[in-house]
Amino acid sequence: MLEVSEQNVKAIVFELQDEEYAISVKEVSSIERVQHITRVPRAASFVKGVINLRGVVTPIIDLRKRFGMETIDFTDSTRIIIVNINGMEVGLIVDAAYDVIDISHDAIEPPPEVIGTVNVDYIEGVAKLDSRLLMLLKIEKVLSEKEKKELQSVEG
Amino acid sequence: MEMNEYLEVFIEESKEHIQRLNDHLLILEKDPTNMDTVSEIFRSAHTLKGMSATMGYQDLANLTHKMENVLDAVRNQKLVIDSNILDVVLDAVDQLEAMVVDIASGGDGSRDVESLVSQLQAIENGEDTPVVETKKTGEHLSQTSSSSESAFDKLDEFEMTVLQESEEKGFSNLEVHVKLQEGCLLKAARVYMVFEVLEQVGEVIKSSPSVPDLEEEKFDFDFTVLLVTKETEDHINKRIMKVSEVESVEIKAFSVTDSSSRTTDTPKEGSDKQTGTEVAATKEKTNDKIQNNSKAVVSNKTIRVNIDRLDGLMNLFEELVIDRGRLEQIAANLKHGELQETVERMTRISGDLQTIILNMRMVPIESVFNRFPRMIRQLAKDLGKQINLDIVGADTELDRTVIDEIGDPLVHLIRNALDHGVESPEDRIAKGKPAEGNLELKAYHSGNHVFIEISDDGGGINREKVLNKAVSSGVISSDQADMLTDNQVYQLIMESGFSTADKISDVSGRGVGLDVVKNTIESLGGSISIDSQFGKGTVFSIQLPLTLSIISVLLVEVQKEKYAIPLSSIIETAIVSKSEILNAHNKKVIDFRGKVVPLVSLKNVFDVPETMEDDELSSVVIIRKGDKMAGLIVDTFIGQQEVVLKSLGDYLTGVFAISGATILGDGQVALIIDPNALIK
Repeated sequence: MLEVSEQNVKAIVFELQDEEYAISVKEVSSIERVQHITRVPRAASFVKGVINLRGVVTPIIDLRKRFGMETIDFTDSTRIIIVNINGMEVGLIVDAAYDVIDISHDAIEPPPEVIGTVNVDYIEGVAKLDSRLLMLLKIEKVLSEKEKKELQSVEG
Repeated sequence: MEMNEYLEVFIEESKEHIQRLNDHLLILEKDPTNMDTVSEIFRSAHTLKGMSATMGYQDLANLTHKMENVLDAVRNQKLVIDSNILDVVLDAVDQLEAMVVDIASGGDGSRDVESLVSQLQAIENGEDTPVVETKKTGEHLSQTSSSSESAFDKLDEFEMTVLQESEEKGFSNLEVHVKLQEGCLLKAARVYMVFEVLEQVGEVIKSSPSVPDLEEEKFDFDFTVLLVTKETEDHINKRIMKVSEVESVEIKAFSVTDSSSRTTDTPKEGSDKQTGTEVAATKEKTNDKIQNNSKAVVSNKTIRVNIDRLDGLMNLFEELVIDRGRLEQIAANLKHGELQETVERMTRISGDLQTIILNMRMVPIESVFNRFPRMIRQLAKDLGKQINLDIVGADTELDRTVIDEIGDPLVHLIRNALDHGVESPEDRIAKGKPAEGNLELKAYHSGNHVFIEISDDGGGINREKVLNKAVSSGVISSDQADMLTDNQVYQLIMESGFSTADKISDVSGRGVGLDVVKNTIESLGGSISIDSQFGKGTVFSIQLPLTLSIISVLLVEVQKEKYAIPLSSIIETAIVSKSEILNAHNKKVIDFRGKVVPLVSLKNVFDVPETMEDDELSSVVIIRKGDKMAGLIVDTFIGQQEVVLKSLGDYLTGVFAISGATILGDGQVALIIDPNALIK
């Protein structure tokens, strides 16, 4: 679980293809508007490129591509969430980011396992809040390339 | 824990003092009568001793102490410096350096220096015990007496306080010197018994050698103990003598004030040196004052700053430069007079600021060069050669990061020059040259580069020998051999696995070295070339960038993407028409100044999305890696620019043919191409 010691998890909610995902605020360093992204040739396909984040060259990941969704053009609501994992700063492109909410631990359930779907390990759990369903992301897994290769082999 | 804070300072300063010792000792060798130099050396040794004692590095303190004694004798005209003495002292400095290095790498700086200590001791006593036949016993005695003298030189504050307090409370502080019988078998057991006796009558404050050493029997047959007691000397003497196998006990009062003067200075108090003691003591005191003064002046002039902080400052400043670029653009667009004026002023100030920040990271190359005279002296001695070293331009400044890396390659080159370059005195005379070989180390600025030249007037490079060796070791074929120019032949000796030395020596010639040198220098963004005249000498010339964080690049556009190519690997740019591009076995090549140069399309290599029509003319950047060349096809040349090198971060590592990134004036990121990866 994200936080065992606390009752509630503060999380940033973002949207990706009409579904809602959440990342613990502790892992987020900032949320940026889309700016010029420099493509990095021959990097992993979901690595969109690098941006100049206040003087630091920061790699950007296209989360849609990472999760195997179709890619769309950036809109006004498109945001880059800068996450900090083990001192590494990486940006995630999401359709929209708009909410900071408290999720109580009781509301978090392990990801559903259903036959016929691909089990991915970057989903930490699912939280049900009223009528909303939030997928809690495990950021380290989102960043690792190994997982992506596994995904490809499942798909192909 | 608290010590750690000072440890860094201690190590830095120790290194400085050791360097100063080395420098001045070499000066002294040339001019043995120069008493100013001796005083300088003495001061350095003395400070070093004080520092290491404070930090608790006993071996270090001990060795410096002995060295100091010798120097003191020299200073007081009791000894005349000769080559032998200098050798031993230099040896001692080497040991000191090794200790400091050990401490720096987390060790405790302990080292077996006994033989050196006794050598120093012998020198020190050389004048005092002129009768040769008694020298041995004299030496032995002096060792014992010195151990009693120097035994408690280094009392720490706590011990001093205890002694002072005990004195005030009517206890007496006694220095008890116990000598065991020579035939004593269980020395540790006897020591234990003596200690037991002593603990009954008083309190043992300190012992010399230290208690662990005593327990491990790391002493000859005598040891000294500092005792706080109310008993009389006589009484204690009797009690200790009751322990069997104790040969003699000497007890004398230990005065705290004496000792405190000794902690700062150690004028000899031995019975054999009574004359002149007072003079020496006063002299030393004045010296101490001078030393303190000079120290104060130095500390006013400089402060030590962690390089990380400078990097942080540099980063922030880069930010400022980027924003300045934007401001300039905005001001130009708005055409607001006052704003433009202000921005202009800001531009000028930030320009000055940039110079200062860059200069802060610059260190004179002296810090690398100054360890060479010592090394060369030793090498020349080992090799039986006579070398005269000239250092020119030691004040040339280089970026700290470059300085840190350049030392080892230079050591390699110097060793090489001494071993293979300069001939032995006999050979030189036979060739009509002076017996003494010349080696010149020269550093100078030129444009954005620093050049370092190492030239010798030795045998030069034998083209035939190099070629034979290269052919036999398969580096080149014999057909190729005839076609190579002299310069290309010389470059061969920097290929890996190459050594022309007929016999392998300790110094060099193991076939590793020159290729490592070349790699290191290239990894620093520099280059190395060799020029040689057979029979006359060789010049190794190293070209290095002034700084590693700011590099000159050529900005190019590939379709709509911008890339930066380091200027250091560009030969030139060219525009070629489609008809000039030839096909050689399915590879595109061009004829460039009579050479066939393969072409690399950056668009294809980097999978750049195509947005523009193909042009009839292609822009080509000719790059090189060593002797190999390649042409990079780009779409547009934007121009030359100084950029700040940034890493892509930990997440994106090992991206093909990209060595880093930089932020352009408009805030966008441009990737820096690694030309070496594009040439096979």
